[in-house]
Amino acid sequence: MAQYKVVKCKINGKDVEQIVDVRASLTDMLRNDFRLTSVKKGCEVGECGACNVLIDGEAFNSCIYLAVWADGKEIRTLEGLLGPNGELSDIQQAFVDETAIQCGFCTPGFIMTAVEILETGKEYTDDELRKLLSGHLCRCTGYENILRAVKKTMYKRLGKTLE
Amino acid sequence: MAVGISIPRVDAYDKASGRTKYTDDMCDKSAYIAKIVHSTITHGRVISIDTSEAEKIPGVVKIITCFDVPKIYFPTAGHPWSTDPGHQDVSDRLLLQEHVRFYGDDIAAVVAENEVAANQAVRAIKVEYEEYPFVLDVQEAMKDDAPQLHENYPNNILKHTKNDKGNYDEAIKEPGLIKVEGWYDTPTVQHCHIENFICYSYMEQDRIVIVSSTQIPHIVRRVVGQALGLPWGKVRVIKPYIGGGFGNKQDVLYEPLCAYLSTQVGGHLVKYDCSREETFITNRVRHAIRYHLVSWLRPDGTLVARKSEAFSNQGAYASHGHSIVAKGSGALGQMYPCDNLQIDSYTVFTNRPVGGAMRGYGMPQSIFAYESHTEDICKALGFDPIQFRRDHLTPVGFVDGFSHNEMYFDTYNQCIDKGIEVVDYYRKHKEYENQTGDVRRGIGMAAFWYNTAVYPISLEHSSCRMVLNQDGSIQLQVGETEIGQGADTAYAQMASETLGIDYKDVHVVSCQDTDITPFGTGAYASRQTYVVGFAVRQTAEILKGKILDYAHELTRMPVFLMDIKDGNIIRTTDGRVLLSLAELATEALYSTTHSVHITAESTYQTKSNAYSLGCCFAEVEVDIPACRVKILDLVNVHDCGKLINPALARAQVHGGMSMGIGYALSECELFDSKTGKTLNNNLLDYKLSTSMDHPELKVEFIENPEPTSAYGTKALGEPPAIPVAPAIRNAVLQATGVAINEAPLRPQTLFENFKKAGLYEEV
Amino acid sequence: MYDMKALYEATGIENATELLLAHPEAQVIAGGSDVLVQMREGKRAGKELVSIYGLDELRGVSLLEDGTIKIGSLTSFSHITRDPIIQKYINVLGEAVDQIGGPQIRNIGTIGGNTCNGVTSADSASTLHAWDAVVEIHGPEGYRKMPIKDFYISAGKVDLRPGEIQTSIQIPKESYEGYKGHYIKYSMRNAMDIATMGCSVNVKLSEDKKVIEDCRIAYGVAGPVPMRVPSAEALVKGKAYTPELIDEFSKNVLTDIRPRNSWRASLEFREHIAVVMAKRALMESIRRSGGVL
Repeated sequence: MAQYKVVKCKINGKDVEQIVDVRASLTDMLRNDFRLTSVKKGCEVGECGACNVLIDGEAFNSCIYLAVWADGKEIRTLEGLLGPNGELSDIQQAFVDETAIQCGFCTPGFIMTAVEILETGKEYTDDELRKLLSGHLCRCTGYENILRAVKKTMYKRLGKTLE
Repeated sequence: MAVGISIPRVDAYDKASGRTKYTDDMCDKSAYIAKIVHSTITHGRVISIDTSEAEKIPGVVKIITCFDVPKIYFPTAGHPWSTDPGHQDVSDRLLLQEHVRFYGDDIAAVVAENEVAANQAVRAIKVEYEEYPFVLDVQEAMKDDAPQLHENYPNNILKHTKNDKGNYDEAIKEPGLIKVEGWYDTPTVQHCHIENFICYSYMEQDRIVIVSSTQIPHIVRRVVGQALGLPWGKVRVIKPYIGGGFGNKQDVLYEPLCAYLSTQVGGHLVKYDCSREETFITNRVRHAIRYHLVSWLRPDGTLVARKSEAFSNQGAYASHGHSIVAKGSGALGQMYPCDNLQIDSYTVFTNRPVGGAMRGYGMPQSIFAYESHTEDICKALGFDPIQFRRDHLTPVGFVDGFSHNEMYFDTYNQCIDKGIEVVDYYRKHKEYENQTGDVRRGIGMAAFWYNTAVYPISLEHSSCRMVLNQDGSIQLQVGETEIGQGADTAYAQMASETLGIDYKDVHVVSCQDTDITPFGTGAYASRQTYVVGFAVRQTAEILKGKILDYAHELTRMPVFLMDIKDGNIIRTTDGRVLLSLAELATEALYSTTHSVHITAESTYQTKSNAYSLGCCFAEVEVDIPACRVKILDLVNVHDCGKLINPALARAQVHGGMSMGIGYALSECELFDSKTGKTLNNNLLDYKLSTSMDHPELKVEFIENPEPTSAYGTKALGEPPAIPVAPAIRNAVLQATGVAINEAPLRPQTLFENFKKAGLYEEV
Repeated sequence: MYDMKALYEATGIENATELLLAHPEAQVIAGGSDVLVQMREGKRAGKELVSIYGLDELRGVSLLEDGTIKIGSLTSFSHITRDPIIQKYINVLGEAVDQIGGPQIRNIGTIGGNTCNGVTSADSASTLHAWDAVVEIHGPEGYRKMPIKDFYISAGKVDLRPGEIQTSIQIPKESYEGYKGHYIKYSMRNAMDIATMGCSVNVKLSEDKKVIEDCRIAYGVAGPVPMRVPSAEALVKGKAYTPELIDEFSKNVLTDIRPRNSWRASLEFREHIAVVMAKRALMESIRRSGGVL
């Protein structure tokens, strides 16, 4: 028999309650119940990073995270980064400016990991950034402009300029 | 006005904000879920399928087996159709197969109300087979006693072609010639777009609608019509944004089956979402091709005669078939002109996943062979590898009789000069000579050859529609799809350039819908900027003519004294703004005396082609005991004509280089020789390179405007992936003295080669 | 949607034991990065799960009064790497688990899950073996402890009895005090990979930094379970290190290890890199201990 549970959590700043099938992944819940379609499915086993979201500030592949575990957590997806009038956040704008987007399918996951990186407030070397971004696969960009977008935003937030 | 400027992608905001809708994002929750039962043998026949247990599972709606589907054979390649039966693609596919030809072949399909029920049903279906022997190796498959995959293809040879020139057998009799010979193997690799193939289908009135993650919506329409025995107009295909394609989605994958399943459940919405594991096996792969090259040279380096034999592993079904190896083999005589050539190309069926189109279309394989072989020649004869290439690569003025392609510029030398400068080639090449020790460095390069689009082998045309809005903006529609490469942005820039309006006023309709979009064959062959460029320019000129005709009515000025600039109708004699395009467009629609909806639509058939050439330089560090190659420096240099959008062009090259890095060092599908099963069909075991496996990717362009092109541009989408692997291979050769003729140069391969070369005895 | 028969969420350690006794067929799920993947594959499809994910009392690293480092079994890899106690006393463990998968996997994956699934390729396991870690388990009879080498029974099988869960991994003071080590993960790419082989070495040098007073070496993927290499350890103990001794040590690992021949890597290749890794890991451990090579 189907088993359900009420999940209370905060999604993109808003308190929500949702009855979920305990078999659902967090990807299922965010996509199907909340229509947060920036959460992408690329492998469903935690190998590609397309479904990445922030849970209490840390990056998780939502495909291998049970929806019921979200109870009491604060979840952020790409949709939550936009300003009230649809303004892009600095990191989103950097992805646009640095041509870090091509097909766009890996983009939401990458940006959410970038948010976790940037929120540490630390300055990282290129090699460290490469490692911090390594949980995402991208077939279009060779990671080059993605790295650049994250690096540029990191410097900007630290009050420094790149180049 | 807008061509040549790095404007942001037209879809950048939506993609950065998460607003962009891909196929799955648009599918209604009411969809039934389709899952496929795949064969667990590699070659044989399905004797029976027991669905009784599966049918009892709650939520299962319908099970269709290979015994149920119509026996209509259809082709799958994303090629333009030919009305000449001799040029049509091979029709060897059924919706589901009784005769199983590879491990994972499709034998039954389940339609269920939800994913869990569909998966349970797939596991509950029992299949009985009659097993046949199978063959995985391309040359083994050509033997007389090899298992035969298809009727009418003796020795499993799908096709054999020759591209001979002069007289090889006579030429090699010349005394004093030096012979250099090598065998070069390239792996089976997969496209690995991050969005797996997905489609959904439903019926509307008496027609079938398919929404699909495809590069080729109009071709999908034709093939679904063929596969289901329907008039093609009964099929409507919609293509939303897609999460990459790289050629895999230049094949008709599961749209026919999904459409058929919908027809079997009363036209209900049915979704088929391919898993990553399935993608590696049941979609398409890049052909593994084995090249055998023999070159005969005079001591002064003159290439007297060359022989090339290519064996392309097609896998189980024809798909794009022979056209892939044919392209690769055809390049040899153009890239390195030589009077005596003996070129044989074979495409051979084996019991492996099906080879199809993939970024580079046969060229990554052949260039790995040609440029590795070139390096081997230089090493054997003591030539400077750069100078040898300068002496032999396609010279200025060269004309290919078949394609009419002409070498208008000294592209190869210009690209090589740039590459040498960026990596400091000669200093490093000298520094890395005669190294010893565990860790050694090397530098190497490879040139590449590519041509743009598919003329004269296939149809090349594009149709464009432009519709003027009241505010002076336009909608632009073409059938050539945005697949991540930035085509929509390039179209906006081109139209802006010709029409004299802001690129932001060009609304490119990104979604193709075969009911609405002008006919166009899709995204492939690096054709979009070149081929669509003609159609955009021609259509824009027509639209502009209509606008100026209407301006004549409103202003009484002669058409030849007017132009459109910055969205205004101007008088060319004094530059005066006569009226804005918005004023004109509004008047044209709402005029009580002469109302007209100003639109333009035209087809341009392309009967030219253009070389797109360049090179790659790689510097590596080889840790011999650890069997690892680290790329220290990597630069691609391209002449793809004039850049429409330099930032997007650069980004495209990054992606191609990344694919090349994987091809060089880590990516390959592995097959179990005992069972025929693909062993590493997931993103953990298939080693796509990560951000930690890349050096900084450097890109340089030589911009010689292509004389035959509407906007001076030519192929860029695929070429970046071509030269990287041989450049890295040649750098490893310089570092270690070991010529590794098998890509990828993964640790296991390096170990075997270093061991054979005796490197572990000296270190 | 996972094909799961039922999910029971434990509310505490005792409750986890009760749930496991009540549902003997159920599988424990901690972070899920292995269990959910297997469920999707069909291997564990239709099974019951007992989730201990919510047991925050099993998270965190602490230093006990006797100097033992206690790592709660649900502590994620990224938290282990960032933990100041780990960084101060046994940084190599933080470095080892920082090479698992990618960042997101390191945020969800737990050290308990990594060891309880009993796989030889677990990046934490060889280092835990090399540091004589102790496993703490809770079950119907309360808590029990055992050396990690005894916890592993065979490939995929660990010594967890009905109703038991692993609650912590502990490193006694005598196991880490004075030791420095190094872990090398050999994999086919630099991220998002499983180990083709893992090698963890640590040494305790004499006061003058010239003699190896103690040396421990352990491998992952050199046999069905993570393993120590006693012959090689014995060879160098109490000896002054020299290039010849280090060479001898690294070649000697082949007497104890039993790598497989598989499609991922051939036996011959694995043996070759095992030797290379032993040498490099020992040299780095000596360097980190203040030795000069």
